[in-house]
Amino acid sequence: MENGLGEVKLSCRNIWKVYAGENAPYFKSDVGSAATPELCTRMRADGAIPAAADVSFDVHVGEIFVIMGLSGSGKSTVVRCLSRLIEATHGEILLDGEDLLKKSDKDLIDIRRHKMGMVFQNFGLMPHLSVWDNIAFPLSLQGLGKSEQIEKVRRVIELVGLEGRETSYPKQLSGGQQQRVGIARSLAIEPELWFLDEPFSALDPLIRRQMQDEFLRIQTTLQKSIVFITHDFLEALRIADRMMIMRDGQVVQMGKPSDLIVNPADDYVAEFTEEVPMVRVLKALDVLDREAQAGGDMPERECDCSVEELLPLLAQSKDGVKAMRDGETMGVVTATSVIAALAHQDADRGPDRASAMAAGAA
Amino acid sequence: MAQAQLRMIWAGLGALTLAMLFMSDAAKWLIEYPEAWVLPITPWLNAAMDWTVAVFGPAFKAFSAVMDIPMSAVREFLQWLPWSVTLVLLTFVAYAVSGTSLAIFTFLAVLYMVVIGYWPESMNSLSLVAISVPMAVGIGFGLGALAFFSDRAERIIKPVMDLLQTVPAFAYLLPILLLFGFGPVVGLIASILYAFPPTVRNTMLGLRRVPDEVIEAGLMSGATMRQLFWRVRVPSAMRQILLGVNQTTMAAFSMVIIASIIGGTADIGWEVLSTMRKAQFGESLLAGIVIALMAMVMDRITAAAAIAEPKEPILNEPLWSRYRMWLIAGGLALFTAALAQVFPALSAYPRAWEIFPAQYLNDAVTFVVVEYSDAINTIKSVAFFFIMLPVKIGLNETVSPFTWGFEFTTPLRIGYAAIAAAVILWVARSKGSGAGVAVFFAAMLIYFGLTRMPWPAIVAVAALLSWQLAGPKLAIGTALSLMFLVVSGVWPQAMLSVYLCGIAVLLSFALGATLGILASEFDGVSKVLRPINDTLQTMPLFVILIPFLMIFKIGEFTALLAIMAYAIVPAIRYTEHGLRSVPAYVIEAATCIGCTRMQRLWRVKLPLALPVMMLGLNQTIMYGIAMLVIAALVGTNGLGQQVYIGLGDGDFGVGIVAGLGMAIIAIIADRLTAAWSKGRQEELGLEAE
Repeated sequence: MENGLGEVKLSCRNIWKVYAGENAPYFKSDVGSAATPELCTRMRADGAIPAAADVSFDVHVGEIFVIMGLSGSGKSTVVRCLSRLIEATHGEILLDGEDLLKKSDKDLIDIRRHKMGMVFQNFGLMPHLSVWDNIAFPLSLQGLGKSEQIEKVRRVIELVGLEGRETSYPKQLSGGQQQRVGIARSLAIEPELWFLDEPFSALDPLIRRQMQDEFLRIQTTLQKSIVFITHDFLEALRIADRMMIMRDGQVVQMGKPSDLIVNPADDYVAEFTEEVPMVRVLKALDVLDREAQAGGDMPERECDCSVEELLPLLAQSKDGVKAMRDGETMGVVTATSVIAALAHQDADRGPDRASAMAAGAA
Repeated sequence: MAQAQLRMIWAGLGALTLAMLFMSDAAKWLIEYPEAWVLPITPWLNAAMDWTVAVFGPAFKAFSAVMDIPMSAVREFLQWLPWSVTLVLLTFVAYAVSGTSLAIFTFLAVLYMVVIGYWPESMNSLSLVAISVPMAVGIGFGLGALAFFSDRAERIIKPVMDLLQTVPAFAYLLPILLLFGFGPVVGLIASILYAFPPTVRNTMLGLRRVPDEVIEAGLMSGATMRQLFWRVRVPSAMRQILLGVNQTTMAAFSMVIIASIIGGTADIGWEVLSTMRKAQFGESLLAGIVIALMAMVMDRITAAAAIAEPKEPILNEPLWSRYRMWLIAGGLALFTAALAQVFPALSAYPRAWEIFPAQYLNDAVTFVVVEYSDAINTIKSVAFFFIMLPVKIGLNETVSPFTWGFEFTTPLRIGYAAIAAAVILWVARSKGSGAGVAVFFAAMLIYFGLTRMPWPAIVAVAALLSWQLAGPKLAIGTALSLMFLVVSGVWPQAMLSVYLCGIAVLLSFALGATLGILASEFDGVSKVLRPINDTLQTMPLFVILIPFLMIFKIGEFTALLAIMAYAIVPAIRYTEHGLRSVPAYVIEAATCIGCTRMQRLWRVKLPLALPVMMLGLNQTIMYGIAMLVIAALVGTNGLGQQVYIGLGDGDFGVGIVAGLGMAIIAIIADRLTAAWSKGRQEELGLEAE
């Protein structure tokens, strides 16, 4: 998905959520005239809390859009505004071109029953229902017939690999299993829009990794439009088509993961990118050796595979590895070019780190 | 208020109290509030009640007639049902909710009721419970849900519940008796009123504790508001609600028993009470055991239903299999009923087979009482002369050749004052002036006695203490409500109640905390104490009186022991819980630093557990006050007796003022200890419970 962004599924425009200041006239004339940071400062001075400030983005059909931020950055507020679990103070949310915020309660329930699915950090499973009944819960709320329910539930159970656990209760499952139930439940109604609010944060690192892979596998087959919330920068990098970084309710930067790493908007973003292992982020295409010539017996790899995957090949093939796209050779990666690229990245970071250490010492 | 200022006020108050004590000969009104100053609150209340009865009486009577229909129906049904069928059904229910051991216990318990010959009386009590529990649960759930959704409703419901549960159960009976007329319906209504608050509380708590994410998941599944309530909130909160049902059942049962005091019910409570009055303690104990067993069976069954894990469901289960428990129960009942047709003994238990060893029990008790009369009398008189009387009327009047064996001469009095002064100075030096002031008041109390203390001083001390612990609002509330006791003329009775309850609470807390410490250090002790505590706590209060009554006869000492037996339970429980929940890392740290076991206990665990132990003290006081009213049956002279007198004479005003008085004392004690515990927990950074 290089540039081929599909049509817009969900469009979030100038969303604000202000606590304890709902009635103050901030949005009569100010938005647009005052800059967002200044308006936020003014709100805080008034004792109001801008949990989300002027947030705008589009989610395209089939795209994984990640909102990344630390706790308190407003990312959960945004996703709850999108699903209208909380009401935005100001702004527009367009779903398929229609303003979601203007929908009546009845329409909203209908949209949630047919178009939206949501996965929660702590799973949000009904403790009194078995795995099967939890997954069938949204279907039974719609009043769907038993046989249709059985068919749909069976399909998602298969999809997330929960066969054989249908009669267990949430309490009897591990965290990873519970989240599979949460995922299955959110998918049972075949939503077009899929919200995942820190779905893997409550899991152990190893399980987290495994669940990310599963998630990507499921998405390859289903092609939902996804808003994915996380506080884990590496997780965002792994799964995002595009991502947005938030801080104090405001958007700091938005773009493709590689854009963020190459061009962090400010020191805040740079701090996240700093801990990223470059061998994972840099692609074959980023480290081509301009001087090396392609040889016939060189191993071949797709040009968007990571340097990390190239390393074992490079260890064996002294001349280099061919980077391919659509069967065409785009260039050659050599051990020298990889080392040079990594060294260059480190040099970029060098002074910053040195000055930070100096400041620490002082 | 600043600390220094507070200290000054305390010191001033101490001096003032002493001055009042010495002035009391000249100004008698300081000690005894003059009768002429008493506001005629009692007559006013009676007039109001007369008017209410005159105007609304018919409506209430009609309501009571309506209530009588289902109640009689259930009673008739339970009486008609062969005992063997009831036995089999109850046993099966116990098996279904819990398993074999509870089933065996239930079987034996029900069999005891049959064999001992109290079957009809037991079924009369059960029928009242069977009607009152569903109604109390229905009302409680409705109000709980209302309070959950509406803050305004909560603000009204909460204080009303507090009052309903702190006003002693006896005091309810009176207005109900006057409004609804005589008969078992009074017990029913009283038991509904007394029993619904736990369900309200637990419903509210349960609904509130449903995690946000579960609600959000429900909303995102497209639930309407109605679906969200019935299919998400209520089922998620069900366990908590069922715990409320358990508490409601126990409260309803204990009120049904208490209500038998008005008679006309022919139930098991009346059996205990009437035999107790005739001093037939053997009979009384045998009937009391029926009550205890019924309480235990009800408690275990409802508690097991609350904590039961959901059974593994079977997909596409056929209908007969889903209802197989019901089918089995029905089959068993029919089979037993058929058997009862063939063998009449299974239907009506023959009189000749009854085993009623009351006489043996009476003989045994008489033997013990006669054989050990010296020891029993010594215990009684030591406790009375050396503990109870000094607190009640002070050393000043207690010490005489008859009681202590010598005269309280002037040199001795001076000696007492000197020793007291020395102790006060020493404590003030080493523990701070606050402790010194406390010892000063204690020394005055022991010398002059609680009932001889000037009432303005007691009101002021309570108000100042409230101010210090919780701020001016509580101080004003305390002062006003204590003044109500003064002006309504029940101050002397209130002080008698405080005296008896105070001693019982102090002794049971000291004893209970010691046991709790032992239980927290030694698992074996804990294992022994737990079933005893469980039993004491589920026991209807009446029953606790019986064994003490058998040995020590009527009197304040018996009342004291009965109160202690009941009030000691929370002291043990909270102490053990507090000590055991001290965070493991703190204990590890203490061990690494090199604490011995004793040091770890005294210098690490106890200070950290103290706030929780204070909650235990709070509960000990509440339990003590609850038992105080019941203990009035065996001869005390406090507010409890006053309630009892009101009930006996049908004097609404007297009963209600005394009932309110006990509620006032209970509420003040509750707020003070709770405020202290909360403040201390926040200081320690512990999670407030």
